Amino acid sequence: MNDASTYGLMAEFDSAQELLDAAHKTHEAGYQKVDAFSPFPIEGLAEAIGFRKNRVPFVVLIGGLIGGLSGYLLQYYVAVITYPTNIGGRPLHSWPSFIIVTFEMTILFAGLAAVFGMLALNGLPMPYHPVFNVPEFTGASDNKFFLVVFSTDPKYDAARTRDFLKGLGPRMLTEVPS
Amino acid sequence: MATNTQIPVADRRAPVIEPGHTYSTIGEKISNIVLRRPISLGWVFGFFVMFSGMNMLLFALGWLFWRGTGIWGITIPIGWGFAIINFVWWIGIGHAGTLISAILCLLRQTWRNSINRFAEAMTLFAVACAGVFPLVHTGRPWLAYWMFPYPNTMNYWPNFRSPLIWDVFAVSTYFTISLVFWFTGLIPDFATMRDRAENRYTRTIYGILAMGWRGSARHWHRYETAYLLLAGLATPLVLSVHTVVSFDFAISIVPGWHTTIFPPYFVAGAIYSGFAMVLCLAIPIRAIYDLSDFITMRHLETAGKVMLATGLIVGYGYGIEAFMGWYSGNKFDSFLLWNRLHGPYAFWYLSLLATNILVPQLLWFKKFRTSTFWLWVLSFIVLVGMWLERFIIIVVSLQRDFLNSSWGMYYPTKWDYMTFAGTIGMFLTAMWLFVRILPMISISELKTLLPEAHVHEAAEVKQ
Repeated sequence: MNDASTYGLMAEFDSAQELLDAAHKTHEAGYQKVDAFSPFPIEGLAEAIGFRKNRVPFVVLIGGLIGGLSGYLLQYYVAVITYPTNIGGRPLHSWPSFIIVTFEMTILFAGLAAVFGMLALNGLPMPYHPVFNVPEFTGASDNKFFLVVFSTDPKYDAARTRDFLKGLGPRMLTEVPS
Repeated sequence: MATNTQIPVADRRAPVIEPGHTYSTIGEKISNIVLRRPISLGWVFGFFVMFSGMNMLLFALGWLFWRGTGIWGITIPIGWGFAIINFVWWIGIGHAGTLISAILCLLRQTWRNSINRFAEAMTLFAVACAGVFPLVHTGRPWLAYWMFPYPNTMNYWPNFRSPLIWDVFAVSTYFTISLVFWFTGLIPDFATMRDRAENRYTRTIYGILAMGWRGSARHWHRYETAYLLLAGLATPLVLSVHTVVSFDFAISIVPGWHTTIFPPYFVAGAIYSGFAMVLCLAIPIRAIYDLSDFITMRHLETAGKVMLATGLIVGYGYGIEAFMGWYSGNKFDSFLLWNRLHGPYAFWYLSLLATNILVPQLLWFKKFRTSTFWLWVLSFIVLVGMWLERFIIIVVSLQRDFLNSSWGMYYPTKWDYMTFAGTIGMFLTAMWLFVRILPMISISELKTLLPEAHVHEAAEVKQ
């Protein structure tokens, strides 16, 4: 743990491949609180920095179950309990007619869970984030690739981490003020 | 994204993205259309025309609200005139956008990356236009919320056994999911726009929309999972929407409607007209905004092939309808076939066969598929044909049903035409604004298509 005025150390790399390799090496060196930034998704990068727990699929499953169940139960409640109507002599619980609304509600809730779950797990919207203090970081949405080791990492040491990152051959190395 | 590093040498098709582009040039070229390009006189003129069209819609609807649906040509027996024809037509057009963004995403068709954003926008605007019609067709649109199930003092609930209620759920779900799918795809591009904007206000607006997106690897990972799951959810959804629309017809007992082929045939027709609309819009936009590097001949030709394939399915649907009219031995069904071919609307049925089946066969020839001019003309013809299809299905079936005492004719009024033309104005107004306000091609997805974006799992690092 170091002084609180530093958020971490940021290294910029030239290509997606270099960033991926650097992420692997940083993770193997024992750094755990690391993040990588790129203008597009890079296959394997999240795994390289030790990201394992992706809970988006679980959230979507729960959303879909809630949607489907509530859709069906709503129809059952309306058609059988609170507002029974005889339509063409069909049974009140005419489940084949209820399939479509159940299906649509499943998709609706699962889809909304996917989007809002993803945003919530990502902690977005986030109006302020320290990485934006680095002027070069605007390139992270253009053509630049960044690796950040957070100062909260147990292994973080201003001088030694700097030397380590320098060894990875970055184009630029800078401290991120928090 | 799939690693496409090993593109077969024998692939002689046009590339998905023209060579010579880097990450920066992609972002620059697409965002500059919005951020740097001055507004041309042509754009302003076009906007004025389209916006006038939209105002015509508002005028026609205003009069409709004042006088009621009597100003339209609908009468009994033809109670479903232009309103339902246009509803089905518009919602069908929307289907291509979801097909491109969801189904082709699951199939890992990388060529979709340069047209999906734009096609999804088209979907949203088309579904919005479609939504207008059933709403105003109810006659008292200010009470349309009665269709939603909610506890109320009237102690009334909707009938969930009715296909019209299924429609409410299908269309509103479709619109909502299309909207969030589109917005999710836009988030990383909003970040690019935020970082490229020079004007402070522009930067603030895109910054708010980007919600602080910073391209973190963890974020990308969850983002891609969510996007893939959305694609997986939108795929059955899009197939269900036109299926449900076809149930509006197929669940009834009207000859020409009461058939089991309707769901697949409607879905194919929807994709057919949707791809036609994609081409109708993409060809001029590509020329005006000089996007032929990203929307290459490969995209246009493939869209042409999809049109050909879905057109053949639609042709098969017509064939089966005619066959069943004869084979069922049902005199009402066979009369419908006779009435289509020899009745008062025979000219329009033959026009439908010409525009939807005959002329699009030209797409078998590479010469027509690779000519922007011919593709545009053929797409336009298909759009007309698909509109005629819905006209034939609705009007000719209702016109002469079981009892000749209840036969009639349908004469649309100027208000019908104004409403229809007005929604075209509304659709194009939205498109006009879209190309100048949002990046019309997905910047981040296009970047993944560049060879340097493909990484290999670093085995050598572990040594």
